[in-house]
Amino acid sequence: MAARVGVVVFPGTNCEHDVAEALEGLGAQAELVWHTATSVAAMDALVLPGGFAHGDYLRPGAIARFSPVMAAVQDFAAAGGPVVGICNGFQVLTEAHLLPGALQKNRGLSFLCQMTEVEVASDRSVLTAGVEVGRRLRLPINHFEGNYTADPSVLAELEAQSRVVLRYVDNPNGSDAAIAGICNEAGNVVGLMPHPERASSELLGSSDGLVLLQALLASAGRALAHNR
Amino acid sequence: MSVAGYEALVEVQLRPGVADPQGATIEHALGALGFNGVSKVRAGKAFRLQVDAPDASAARRLVEEICARLLANPVIEVSAVSLEPLGEVA
Repeated sequence: MAARVGVVVFPGTNCEHDVAEALEGLGAQAELVWHTATSVAAMDALVLPGGFAHGDYLRPGAIARFSPVMAAVQDFAAAGGPVVGICNGFQVLTEAHLLPGALQKNRGLSFLCQMTEVEVASDRSVLTAGVEVGRRLRLPINHFEGNYTADPSVLAELEAQSRVVLRYVDNPNGSDAAIAGICNEAGNVVGLMPHPERASSELLGSSDGLVLLQALLASAGRALAHNR
Repeated sequence: MSVAGYEALVEVQLRPGVADPQGATIEHALGALGFNGVSKVRAGKAFRLQVDAPDASAARRLVEEICARLLANPVIEVSAVSLEPLGEVA
């Protein structure tokens, strides 16, 4: 049975169709979930895609965090369901305290829209399970606030627990420890600034994102087998 | 019970020690414009809001809660509240 992946849409989200298309290309059943939804329990995995949720007013993710769907996302995550936040979705997950730290304005104050190279730094997340640590992937970034910032104690904990999931090879935005993605302690909640869905075909310049999305679907399948 | 109106000014700043790319860029621009001797430029945000509360300390508590829940991200930001009475509204 195809995994059902809920793609959460806030007013101002703009990558939901790209994510759905990439997931469906891998055989998943992607369903858009509007931000007023109060249950996501029927899903096998969730993706919070990129964009500008609620206009990014105040801070990226600051308003989206209080959208009704976020209580359901919290419950889903607490039950071990795979949750991935991409770009703006990562910002929402940090504002919601599902992931530690914050995404600050890029060093140099440039909006960055470019291909980057990242290295898989840990395989203990739902997005990298089964992917070889050290493998390099070419993934595009597209953000102004992608500069990952956290207390030294939080950074030390992330490193000690192998929770840095992806690291930039050539840190483009000033992120602490060149962090491009992290996960929670259980590994089921992941946030990353690069866009795997935009690297889902050679026609787009890279298909390296498929490795991550495949790992997510495999994790969703395992969660499915476990819960039913 | 009478309620008084207060105008609150909330200033949100990055925590000391958190890199501030905006402040650094402004400082650099000031140097380029010939303003010498300017240092430690930090950029922040300011919000003005009117609140009704029984007294000033209740108004302050309310605004501080608003800061903690929404206006500032305590992971990287700190906030400061100043209050001014607007006179009795009810």
